[in-house]
Amino acid sequence: MTAQTPTAPAPTSRPELDVLSGSRVLRNQIVTVAVYASFALAMIPLIWIMWSVVSSGWHLLADAGWWTHSQRNITTDKVGGGAYHAVFGTLVQALVCAVIAVPLGVFTAVYLVEYGRGRLARLVSFMVDILTGIPSIVAALFIYALWVTTFGLQRVAIAVSLSLVLLMVPVVVRSTEEMLKLVPNELREASYALGVPKWKTIASIVLPTAIGGIITGIMLGLARVMGETAPLLILGPYAAGINTDLFNGPMAALPTLIRDNFGQPDAAAVERMWASALTLILIVLLLNVTGRFVARFSGVRK
Amino acid sequence: MAQRIDVKDLNIYYGAFKAVEGVSMAIEARSVTAFIGPSGCGKSTVLRTLNRMHEVIPGARVEGVVELSGRNLYSKDVDPVAVRRTVGMVFQRPNPFPTMSIADNVAAGLRLNGERNRKKLAEAVEKSLRGANLWNEVKDRLDKPGAGLSGGQQQRLCIARAIAVEPQVLLMDEPCSALDPISTLAIEDLIEEIKTNYTIVIVTHNMQQAARVSDRTAFFNLAATGKPGKLVEMGDTSKIFSNPGEKATEDYISGRFG
Repeated sequence: MTAQTPTAPAPTSRPELDVLSGSRVLRNQIVTVAVYASFALAMIPLIWIMWSVVSSGWHLLADAGWWTHSQRNITTDKVGGGAYHAVFGTLVQALVCAVIAVPLGVFTAVYLVEYGRGRLARLVSFMVDILTGIPSIVAALFIYALWVTTFGLQRVAIAVSLSLVLLMVPVVVRSTEEMLKLVPNELREASYALGVPKWKTIASIVLPTAIGGIITGIMLGLARVMGETAPLLILGPYAAGINTDLFNGPMAALPTLIRDNFGQPDAAAVERMWASALTLILIVLLLNVTGRFVARFSGVRK
Repeated sequence: MAQRIDVKDLNIYYGAFKAVEGVSMAIEARSVTAFIGPSGCGKSTVLRTLNRMHEVIPGARVEGVVELSGRNLYSKDVDPVAVRRTVGMVFQRPNPFPTMSIADNVAAGLRLNGERNRKKLAEAVEKSLRGANLWNEVKDRLDKPGAGLSGGQQQRLCIARAIAVEPQVLLMDEPCSALDPISTLAIEDLIEEIKTNYTIVIVTHNMQQAARVSDRTAFFNLAATGKPGKLVEMGDTSKIFSNPGEKATEDYISGRFG
């Protein structure tokens, strides 16, 4: 039996291949100009910020004392001292935050993508959405209510880290989730077909395949919490000296060092403020570059 | 090695949808059995129930019995992970693990199941790659990524990976549909060679391929879209292709539909 061939509509006339539509050329040019103009417009504030921060702050950073000394015994009108105490505080608070938030976030994402079905998964996903929308000062107030009001503990660095965890977890969950979803299902099936249990498939096949993107997400999350100021204002009072104890006494951080030098009439303080800002930008930049570097040399082999 | 499979009254569901109905068949040890039939008739679905891969899809379930040398794979005390170690699978599209080298890909099944002995792993890699006719092409670049091979080489790599865990049965779900004729020939030669040691079940859309490689052929069909697929008939490949018992089979293999 021969199938009935439906008659397809036949082309009516020869297409004119050599005629360039004038209106299409015009639209193309308008859109091209618009795209480049938007790009230039977006670059202006970026370059402006970089220029003002670098030009006002770089010469303090060039001084070795900036990286080795604190602001102990240096009043706002005096030149000198360094940002060691604040750099240390920012890095350690972010590190402690990451140690808690990364496993929590990655495991939550693994649950949502690999295991979660039904109401519990939807609830968890909804909660992560809510967490994403929480303003940093609210997260800080929550930890204050828990740590200081309920438990009667002091305002110390670990409390700052805990409030940063609340801000970092949703970033890690969402970025890890996206990366895990990108891992083709065929790889999971290939692993199951070899008689590999599900948890081992996730640990040995799925996570390594997605690791580049997961690391990038973690770095973005870290970059976000390092610049957070609200939790420091509520939970991390500034101290001019070096404090390495997470559980005792105030510990400085770069945002509070900036805050401490802001609004002072003295040129020395203003200069320190810009230098601290530049230091923070550089740390975040370094983190991002490291993240991309690590991501490139791990995971999928090319 | 190599065991037979007996399927009895198999119904397969995706959620509420009954995809395959009432399949009973015997798959002989040390032979190649081909599943043919039009798209959507359930042949891949049946294949995936033979190593309990069907149930990794949410909502999918099975009624009936699949026996591997008399042991029901679907009885309560059977571990699906152990089943998949015994019944290996090669997929339609080559899917080497992108994070691993050629050697690591082949050793993946053994390593992830706890084998740590490097010498044993290296031996298994060579044996499996030789078994998959890939050794000579890749022996100088075992530490290069598996994803860098050509499509046909990748598929043979996947076969090497599947046979490295020494399964009893090898299921192949349209293993050549993404490959060119030369790579297809290489895979078919390989199937011919390894069938002395394995029970092989292959799903194919290519009738000539079924005729070339298989000893027995099963023809699946479905009454209409949305209806469950059924096994129409099964028999020696020579008989199915020269003198089929059913009109539908004859229509299909002679290209009158599908």
